[in-house]
Amino acid sequence: MSQSGQRVGVVAESRAGETRVAATAVTVGQLRGLGYQVVVESGAGLGASLDDEAYREAGADIGSRTEVWGADVVLAVNAPSAEEIALLADGSTLISLLGPAQNPDLLDALARRPVTALAMDAVPRISRAQSLDVLSSMANIAGYRAVVEAAHAFGRFFTGQVTAAGKVPPAKVLVAGAGVAGLAAIGAAGSLGAIVRATDPRPEVADQVRSLGGEYLSVESAEAEVSATGYAKQMSDDYNARAAALYAQQAPEVDIVITTALIPGRPAPLLITEEMVASMRPGSVIVDMAASQGGNVAGTVAGEVVVTANQVSIIGYTDLASRLPAQASQLYGTNLVNLLKLLTPGKDGQLVLDFDDVVQRSVTVVRDGAKTWPPPQVQVSAAPAPATGASVAPVAAPRKAPSPGRTYALVGLGAAVLFLVTAFAPEQLIGNLTVFVLAIVIGYYVIGHVHHALHTPLMSVTNAISGIIVVGALLQIGHAHTAVTVLSFVAVLLASINIFGGFAVTRRMLSMFAKD
Amino acid sequence: MTASTAAQAAYVVAALLFILSLAGLSRHETSRSGVTYGIGGMAIALVATIGLASRSIAATGLALIAVAMVIGAGIGLWRARRVEMTGMPELIAILHSFVGLAAVLVGWNGYLDVEAKGAGQTEIASDLLRIHHAEVFIGVFIGAVTFTGSVIAFLKLSARIKSSPLMLPGRNAINLGGLAAFVALTVAFVVSPHLWLLIAVTAVALALGLHLVASIGGGDMPVVVSMLNSYSGWAAAASGFLLDNNLLIVTGALVGSSGAYLSYIMCTAMNRSFLSVIAGGFGIETGPADTTEYGEHQEINAADTAKMLRDATSVVITPGYGMAVAQAQYPVADLTRRLRERGVEVRFGIHPVAGRLPGHMNVLLAEAKVPYDIVLEMDEINDDLAATTVVLVIGANDTVNPAAIDDPGSPIAGMPVLRVWEAESVIVFKRSMNPGYAGVQNPLFFRENSQMLFGDAKERVEDILRSL
Repeated sequence: MSQSGQRVGVVAESRAGETRVAATAVTVGQLRGLGYQVVVESGAGLGASLDDEAYREAGADIGSRTEVWGADVVLAVNAPSAEEIALLADGSTLISLLGPAQNPDLLDALARRPVTALAMDAVPRISRAQSLDVLSSMANIAGYRAVVEAAHAFGRFFTGQVTAAGKVPPAKVLVAGAGVAGLAAIGAAGSLGAIVRATDPRPEVADQVRSLGGEYLSVESAEAEVSATGYAKQMSDDYNARAAALYAQQAPEVDIVITTALIPGRPAPLLITEEMVASMRPGSVIVDMAASQGGNVAGTVAGEVVVTANQVSIIGYTDLASRLPAQASQLYGTNLVNLLKLLTPGKDGQLVLDFDDVVQRSVTVVRDGAKTWPPPQVQVSAAPAPATGASVAPVAAPRKAPSPGRTYALVGLGAAVLFLVTAFAPEQLIGNLTVFVLAIVIGYYVIGHVHHALHTPLMSVTNAISGIIVVGALLQIGHAHTAVTVLSFVAVLLASINIFGGFAVTRRMLSMFAKD
Repeated sequence: MTASTAAQAAYVVAALLFILSLAGLSRHETSRSGVTYGIGGMAIALVATIGLASRSIAATGLALIAVAMVIGAGIGLWRARRVEMTGMPELIAILHSFVGLAAVLVGWNGYLDVEAKGAGQTEIASDLLRIHHAEVFIGVFIGAVTFTGSVIAFLKLSARIKSSPLMLPGRNAINLGGLAAFVALTVAFVVSPHLWLLIAVTAVALALGLHLVASIGGGDMPVVVSMLNSYSGWAAAASGFLLDNNLLIVTGALVGSSGAYLSYIMCTAMNRSFLSVIAGGFGIETGPADTTEYGEHQEINAADTAKMLRDATSVVITPGYGMAVAQAQYPVADLTRRLRERGVEVRFGIHPVAGRLPGHMNVLLAEAKVPYDIVLEMDEINDDLAATTVVLVIGANDTVNPAAIDDPGSPIAGMPVLRVWEAESVIVFKRSMNPGYAGVQNPLFFRENSQMLFGDAKERVEDILRSL
């Protein structure tokens, strides 16, 4: 292989319990397609069921830890340790989840080295960048897994059944927060057969909830929110009070609660209080997907399952996405490939950073040893922010229907004109006019019922029929005048083309229409 | 019973058969018998007319009729057998021009038979003479407009001339001036029937027809063709008045109102008034410059499309003129068959103005043997689109543009469109990112659930077939 591009290193994650890897065999092929050489640390993919052989087959070299960390571009899932930062080569680029807002020390440590660091979790939420949005792809997996964990801990079916041994009611699931994770959870719980309800401060998500089969519970509040950044923001006290009332009312009713409320750069809001947990039925399950940020539920312990005094399990796993390692690695790897596509405009294996591009600017947290975080704010929500929060009503401009008065006036006018024309016409013309007017009306009604698919055959048949003008020419042919005869001859010829051609082509078309 | 009353009776029967013919075409099940009624009606009318004419003309006249009809029939049948279904719009347009020209000739004959002989003519009672003058004029005028209009439409549809609208300064003034000249000339002719007036009105009408259609763009062709269909009917009806022939009047009126109705349907489908289409120039309202940032589109390849289609439960295909241009209807029909064999529900959504002729897409799909009961109209499919897994947009653009609904400032605002973006995912087959006929950017391409499959529609569909 004559690959002369930069070397991309794929590291084995050192964090305990991490099963994901930053590239799969599939994405290695895609990276090579961009012109890069790929070195994978031995054993990097074992957690995601990918052995070294699989990477080798995809065209990657297998290398040691130092080799991989010393590559031109280093791909990782988790933020590097201090020791790993020291391994980075001068001028190299590190791409991983860095949590720049939460980890200022890490950024400082990185900035002390002449390296560039790109944070996959700092991708702006704009349509164009969706294909590299790791938070979305991981949240999707985590939402699914949250339901699986809940089902595992829940001692009953999700779906309702009528069995010989009695009727089983379906489980009721409440999802708090209909972001990507929440929507994934709604979909997964719905497919298992549960009754799903969801809350979210942003009324614009109601349709998305319904599209996945969930019921949207709105918090009665004047403070509807249209988010400008694509994330939820902190809500006012009034809103929170009403939301709390809603949760308090739902808690005793539902079997499963999945909370997903996260506000970027802040501790997670507390949604489910101790009293609410206490009001739940024994055997109920709560999955707190915000556990790593302090949790949405009173009593959550990050990374663990807590069983309360009234037998409610509170699951606080923070590694939900890692619990589906193969899927998570594949999606994360694809996100990385999409970012590198953006960074490799020449597809020549040369990474180029363009600070004029919002996406590239936003993800870059350290550039050549200088901190570039935070980036300038990007406004992403395309919708204007109407105070009501209602989605923009379709503003089609249908033509105004004519007022009845005008219609009557027109009909009256038409009738009067017709009356005058006929009354003053000589007798022979009266007969002609009568026939003419009636034929128009008949034509209108006959044609009005024609099936839309037959419009073309209709046109060609009317075409053939309008060849009836041949009758006029026939009546004129052979009269004394030579010029008349010549003209009539031509007219008969033309009209005959119409008659025969029109009918023949119509028959040909109609014979093609076949029913299933 | 005299020969004349027998002919009149035959005309009544023929007229009735024509009505039955059009009524038969309203449904697939009766459409073939509809054509048979039409042929029957035409045969009766021809036999009766020739019978009537044979009493007053010599054998040479009958021979001429036979020769003319045989030549005409030969050309007509030959063209009908050979025409490609994608070429239907052109064929229909050129056929319209024949009716128009025939009407002009009949009108001129009327003049030569009566007016040219001056006081010596015996055909028309003197008190009806002025009416006859007017009838000649109206017949020639409508016929000539139909003739040149259809010829231009034919040239545009067969891409022999550019299909972009001709933009002369004061277009409307030219059209109105033409009409005013027609009225003035008619009055003059009724007062004193000079030959030069007839020549003048023919020239004015020819020029008017030319300008009228030349100033209408390619995308409005469905309206133009059905409008010309209507004109050719009115031309026949005018000849009927001229010759005092009720069959011509009835048939002309039937054809005239059918064309007018189709034009009306087309115009509703574009949310535009009939007059604005006739007056031409859709693309002129440039509006505020389009500076909206739409973001980036996503691309997809044929293999991934095949994968999506395989996993889909329901697929809707919305074809447009691009499918006809690429001749992609056969591979599309193949794709439909293959997917249906796999148990995927496949249906077609046809926008009323898709193609260059009312119902054009239906004919193309029928030609490729797509069963007509899965080919649905916009209103029949629109509410099902939200429950559809994949929508394939093949060669359509403006008819699937969400801006028509979302953006009141868009030039196509208010036009009913296929709401394909409600589906789970949309794949758009397109040659490039150029805007469609209306020159309007299509936000559909930048939606998160749409992906672009670039290239020739036919080749791409064939690629998908290979990957399936």
